Amino acid sequence: MSEVTLQLSGLEPLIVTPESNFVNIGERTNVTGSRAFLRMIKEGDFEAGLAVAREQVEGGAQILDINMDEGMIDGKAAMVRFLNLLAAEPDIARIPIMIDSSKWEIIEAGLKCLQGKGVVNSISLKEGEANFVQQATQIKRFGAAVVVMAFDENGQADSFERRIEICERSYRVLVDQVKFPPEDIIFDPNIFPVATGMEEHNNNALDFFNATKWIREHLPGAHVSGGVSNVSFSFRGNDRVREAMHSAFLYHGIQHGMDMGIVNPSMLGVYSEIEPLLLEHVEDVLLNRRSDATERLLEYAESVKGVVDRKQADLSWRELDVKERLSYALIKGIADFVEVDVEECRQLFDRPIEVIEGPLMDGMQRVGDLFGSGQLFLPQVVKSARVMKKAVAVLLPYIEATKAGVSSSAGKIIMATVKGDVHDIGKNIVGVVLGCNNYEVIDLGVMVPTEKIIQTAIDENADAIGLSGLITPSLEEMVDVAKEMERAKLSIPLLIGGATTSKVHTAVKIEQCYSLGQTVHVNDASRAVTVVESLLGSKKEDFVRQLKLDYERLREHHTKHRASKRLISLDAARSNALQLDWSEYEPSVPNKLGVQVFNHFPIKDLVSYIDWTPFFQTWELHGKYPEILTDEVVGIEASKLFEDAQNMLDQLIKEQWLDAHGVAGIFPANSEGDSINIYDTSSSEVVAKSHTLRQQTEKTIGQPNVALADFIAPKSSGKKDYLGAFVVTTGGRLEEKVRAFEQDHDDYNAILLKALADRLAEAFAEKLHEVVRREIWGYATTENLTNDELIKEDYRGIRPAPGYPACPDHTEKLTIFELLKATENTGVILTESLAMYPASAVSGWYFAHPQAHYFGLGKITKEQVADLSQRKNESIEVMEKWLSPSLV
Amino acid sequence: MLTIRQLLASRILVLDGAMGTMIQRYKLTEQDFRHNWFESHPSPLKGNNDLLSLTRPDIIRDIHRAYFEAGADIIETNTFSSTTIAQKDYGLEAYVDDLNVQSAKLAREVADEFTKLTPDKPRFVAGSIGPTNRTASISPDVNDPGFRAIDFDELVHAYYQQMKGLSDGGVDIFLIETVFDTLNAKAALYAADVLKEDTGIEIPIMVSGTITDQSGRTLTGQTTEAFLISVSHMPLISIGLNCALGASMMRPYLQVLDKKSPFAVSAHPNAGLPNEFGQYDETPEQMAHQINEFLQEGLVNIVGGCCGTTPEHIRLIAEAAKDVKPRKFKGNE
Repeated sequence: MSEVTLQLSGLEPLIVTPESNFVNIGERTNVTGSRAFLRMIKEGDFEAGLAVAREQVEGGAQILDINMDEGMIDGKAAMVRFLNLLAAEPDIARIPIMIDSSKWEIIEAGLKCLQGKGVVNSISLKEGEANFVQQATQIKRFGAAVVVMAFDENGQADSFERRIEICERSYRVLVDQVKFPPEDIIFDPNIFPVATGMEEHNNNALDFFNATKWIREHLPGAHVSGGVSNVSFSFRGNDRVREAMHSAFLYHGIQHGMDMGIVNPSMLGVYSEIEPLLLEHVEDVLLNRRSDATERLLEYAESVKGVVDRKQADLSWRELDVKERLSYALIKGIADFVEVDVEECRQLFDRPIEVIEGPLMDGMQRVGDLFGSGQLFLPQVVKSARVMKKAVAVLLPYIEATKAGVSSSAGKIIMATVKGDVHDIGKNIVGVVLGCNNYEVIDLGVMVPTEKIIQTAIDENADAIGLSGLITPSLEEMVDVAKEMERAKLSIPLLIGGATTSKVHTAVKIEQCYSLGQTVHVNDASRAVTVVESLLGSKKEDFVRQLKLDYERLREHHTKHRASKRLISLDAARSNALQLDWSEYEPSVPNKLGVQVFNHFPIKDLVSYIDWTPFFQTWELHGKYPEILTDEVVGIEASKLFEDAQNMLDQLIKEQWLDAHGVAGIFPANSEGDSINIYDTSSSEVVAKSHTLRQQTEKTIGQPNVALADFIAPKSSGKKDYLGAFVVTTGGRLEEKVRAFEQDHDDYNAILLKALADRLAEAFAEKLHEVVRREIWGYATTENLTNDELIKEDYRGIRPAPGYPACPDHTEKLTIFELLKATENTGVILTESLAMYPASAVSGWYFAHPQAHYFGLGKITKEQVADLSQRKNESIEVMEKWLSPSLV
Repeated sequence: MLTIRQLLASRILVLDGAMGTMIQRYKLTEQDFRHNWFESHPSPLKGNNDLLSLTRPDIIRDIHRAYFEAGADIIETNTFSSTTIAQKDYGLEAYVDDLNVQSAKLAREVADEFTKLTPDKPRFVAGSIGPTNRTASISPDVNDPGFRAIDFDELVHAYYQQMKGLSDGGVDIFLIETVFDTLNAKAALYAADVLKEDTGIEIPIMVSGTITDQSGRTLTGQTTEAFLISVSHMPLISIGLNCALGASMMRPYLQVLDKKSPFAVSAHPNAGLPNEFGQYDETPEQMAHQINEFLQEGLVNIVGGCCGTTPEHIRLIAEAAKDVKPRKFKGNE
């Protein structure tokens, strides 16, 4: 009878007993740890990948760690393919597999390929206990052991106390609740670098050793593992010192009970053969034996540096001096080497913050200059920002440790999308650009209540506030923020941006509400920096005086202009309504009436419907697609961006990052005045009313004052007509992926994905409209248009969206949503400002009359608002607020 | 009534012998496989033995009886190939529920009949769960070793359906046998665990692997010990070996299980190796003699027969097992 102990298997058993030596885990089959392996997998050269695995086994690895977590490959497919191929190689498959991923779906897919008993690496309490229990239960069911990271809801354990607290809690949950076999639990209590120059790090190795000992003594059965090479992070480039550190660390780790680990055998010496003086220095550091241990080891390290044999310089720029390399990487937006370079650079300065203030800021300054002079374009700048963010992320732990990071930024700026609005692409871009220019950006996200904006500005002692919004009700919210800033006696600049904002609106409606500070409209990222610099810098007075004059002129002009545009009374407008000849018209009878739901609509079917021109506008690349790709000025960057977009599209389709849902419905309807009665599909009962608005500007003779209701046959005509409505979204699961990019400091891809999701939502609206015209309503069964013709709307019928020129009244969305049960059918919800969330969503009405056309409502009078309030059974005040952008 | 686990503490339990070998004796025709159920089925059905539980239940009942009469404690349902995967070749996936429920009921009736006669020797029904004819760890395409004709999820789905039917029909045990690909067996164990969660009923599980030749490995290349480790995450009642080898050749691998297994150990070998006509010709005496060696050596807790064995083999094996002390293991110490 055997003792209960950790037993694993490939084709052959691996039994880990107290007597067995340290179990070595092979780590080269890991795309995050080996660039060579990543390249093989990326290129689909799995044969070469297998050779790496074989080399590991031959080199003495007892467990093979496999990791396919890389944004640019389909990790799940790669994991399955690699494991299946590996199963056919008995010399490799003989040892147990460790499935290494931070993504549960990859772990699960991997477990489904293992006939032996493998190990999952890893799970933790990071996302809470429920998640942890669920994953552990599944792992147990698959028959695998598990690595548990010392990580909980509050973060990674970085002290002895935190390590044992988290490990004990994890252990109790696993053993008591999940009934996980204790011998199948392997703790990874975090190996952190030592000799970093930070006093706080001096105890890192010792804390690990002591935690290991504690675990082995107090948590019966459990094992301890770790990634050893981390400990020598500070000595990258000095293999001799690193090898000695690894050997000594392992020696002490094993003494304390560490019985498994990831260590590159080629970076490991023999403990007893370490040169005595080096060993002494290394152990002084590891065991924190003297206060000058780090200095002494560094000194020693300098003397043995010898061959600084860095990776073969396959790229010539890698030959440059490290500061030059950082600058190059920033300008070119290359993130691949940033960690190594920053680390190397850090060694050159006394304080880590100096790396930011020196080479990184110099590099960003050049990026900013090039951007300002039109030599770089927005997508490049956002890529540069990604490099910067990653660099800062490397340095941040050191900076925080030295507490030397206290604001050396050019200024602190609060950014927020206002209450009720969910659109943030533009805000994020401006944030990135400001961040690049050394401003500290505090991004409060979307749907931020006014109080929170004000309070954060006060608490953080901010230098400016930037507001963003896309839908018209957000304009009112911005006015509200301005008023509150005045009340809170703030005097910092207020920046206004977003698609519906305008210089005129800012001048007329917002600026005067906030007299204590300056309000300024900034609608493009490229201007944001200049504006902020001017507002916060020494030239502020001049700038503000100019601005005030400018806005004053705008207000004057606006008043005159408004006066010149005569509005007619509602009655007059109605008597000049569009008169269609209903006696000659037979409305098309729809094939299907009522609500049709399209869940999980295939994204790949939407790609050909994308209108790319607005996509480039998002990135401030102006020009029409496809000509923009060959444009003299922006062609190259537009092409690069387009290529990135295509690649991401491929990936997001393959890996199902997005989920598209749509709903459409057609109902019998007749107009009655400016409203449209919508009937039940089978009876003549009115189930809803669409209340449309009529143009009131004075028209030249023969030009009608149009309302959407004019396109529907009036009740009095005796004809049975129809009205349709739709809601589509491609934002299902979007947030999740965006967050993953953001966590990886990858704003470029986060913004790219959002922009694509928006385009896909529009494409979905286009596609669905086509389906409606050709099949559901079926009045255009023979229609056959190219995408260009679709974009130009060369078809019969329109789909005006509430909140847009023909129908500025957002409250119509409530009617559409109710009619289609849209929230239930698509998951899209309406915020308090009636923005759709997720933001990648489109809704609207369908009108089928051949003469139905888009128009702008223009300005309307209070009279019409009062009339509408009555029709909608809503107070005048409320409707005035919703329609204020259209009100004279 | 004593449970299997309790009985395993006090004595050796005897499993039945071959089903196919017995069916061959009846010299059945195509019509026997169609009777009442599949009269107009477009393709030949002869050889799809599991169908007989529906078309000729009288024969299956007789075979079960013969094994109980020979002294078996546990009989296996006639369901070795009653999964959607194995029945797909015949186009009979739709009958999988009937096959499992009816086969289990048949065996249940006969077992209850015998338990009534000799309550001191309760009889049990093990639902036979074969490996299917697909492997989740091996590619059938020599040019693409990464290809798989079936995956884990499909197996779980098929096994779940089979186990649900067997459970509904009233089996006492699930016997996951002739495991040549451990990943298939893990899918079956996974399905059993999900079923347990869904129904709240725990049905004890026996797992029996197949060592294909004297390399001592399963078809998918695992050693006996690796196989044991790979299925030990479920609280099995027994782990063992069956098929492919005769009793004498099975011995070294049973020794491994004896040494390492925390569960009871089972063995139901073939009646020797097939001769040139594909027949198994080890006599009941020869086989019982070899099994007696395992028994004396204390290697096993459950014995029985696989291909080529008959009630006569089982009678002699049961006699040999009668007064032998069972192997000690974690569950019966």
